[in-house]
Amino acid sequence: MADDEQLRAALVEDLDAGFEAVVRAHSDVVHAVARRTVSRAADAEDLAAEALLRAYRALRGYSPARIEALTLRPWLLTILLNTARNDRRDAARRPRTDGVAPVPDHPASAPGPAERAESTELGDHLAALLAELPVAQRTAVVLRHVVDLPVAEVAVVLGCGEATARSHAKRGLDALRARLAPKETP
Amino acid sequence: MTDTLLTALRDLAEPAPATLADRVVDTWVRVPGPLGEVFAVTGARGVRLLRPAAHAGDLDAFLEGYRARHGRPVIPAARAPRGLLPALSGTGPGPDLDLGALTPFAREVLAVTARIPAGQTRPYGWVAREAGHPKAVRAVGTVLARNPVPLLVPCHRVVRGDGDVGQYLSGVPDKVALLEREGVELAHLAGLVGSDTTGVVCFPTCHHARRITTAHRQGFASLERARAAGYRPCRDCRP
Repeated sequence: MADDEQLRAALVEDLDAGFEAVVRAHSDVVHAVARRTVSRAADAEDLAAEALLRAYRALRGYSPARIEALTLRPWLLTILLNTARNDRRDAARRPRTDGVAPVPDHPASAPGPAERAESTELGDHLAALLAELPVAQRTAVVLRHVVDLPVAEVAVVLGCGEATARSHAKRGLDALRARLAPKETP
Repeated sequence: MTDTLLTALRDLAEPAPATLADRVVDTWVRVPGPLGEVFAVTGARGVRLLRPAAHAGDLDAFLEGYRARHGRPVIPAARAPRGLLPALSGTGPGPDLDLGALTPFAREVLAVTARIPAGQTRPYGWVAREAGHPKAVRAVGTVLARNPVPLLVPCHRVVRGDGDVGQYLSGVPDKVALLEREGVELAHLAGLVGSDTTGVVCFPTCHHARRITTAHRQGFASLERARAAGYRPCRDCRP
């Protein structure tokens, strides 16, 4: 992002005010990825908030030099996906007692009430198909094509090389296209 | 078709709800309170922490303590949360509170304490009983000593059963000053007071007890003694 440098400088200058600016700048992308990681809209907001607070706690322990070296967007998304993985693992170990259904491994297809009004039938169908992809392909497609990250950042978040990231995204995209095809060409 | 798919995928990027940023970044204010200025920290769900400035000391140290303890960012608020100023001046119900970080028992103790009317006091043991744990009298004292939102949850209205005002998180003189400001007669906090015309027995600060004329006022050391004398407990203050 063009203003990442300003955000990093703001963090070094005043961590809390800088962090608020980081949240304003990146909450949409963090939330969009969270939304495609969990089944319910409310869970997506919880997950995004938890991940951002973890990021803040990490930053508190970072030296100015380390903050200056951060690429904020992939760093935040890495924390988000780790948080989601930890939540799923905890949920599997300790069944919830508050009456809320356990977090499934794959997001469910049903749209939440907070789903955008303009969300199309194709969108709902696509969200369901996306949720069924293997996790690496799904994550690659979400990062590359839903939130439009450059391949280099996708690779950083996935912790793999750019070629592998590109291949995950392509195979995910091919799988989606194959499953959509019967519907679109009757 | 590729275009359709890519466009549809991009349409799945829902923007963050406006509430997300507020849920992550808390805000602080410095406002006048009954005994001087207070610092208050507010999150998306309500006030999370309030401290008298004189007790909290330096603002920076207070904020840094909050960040370190809760791991949450806190920036200056544009304005005080709705209801905070009226609550601090005693002219309105309080702001929303966020007590989600507390244990269920602590939340119940604070909920019970919040129902004690201004100008009245209740013993620690009463709060324990009302919170459903009659034996947890010391635990009630511990919860109130750590009350994150004093003044908003009036823990100064909880006193010792023997009539002593007991402890307070910013010191006993503050507790005495707050109670005197509300018109509580500190010399008469012990025991119970009954009316021999109604046969009802109250805590001495209950508004029913304060209306009993001297001629009909009967003091009791305990509810058992009052019951033995044929009195029933007041339904408002529930001694």
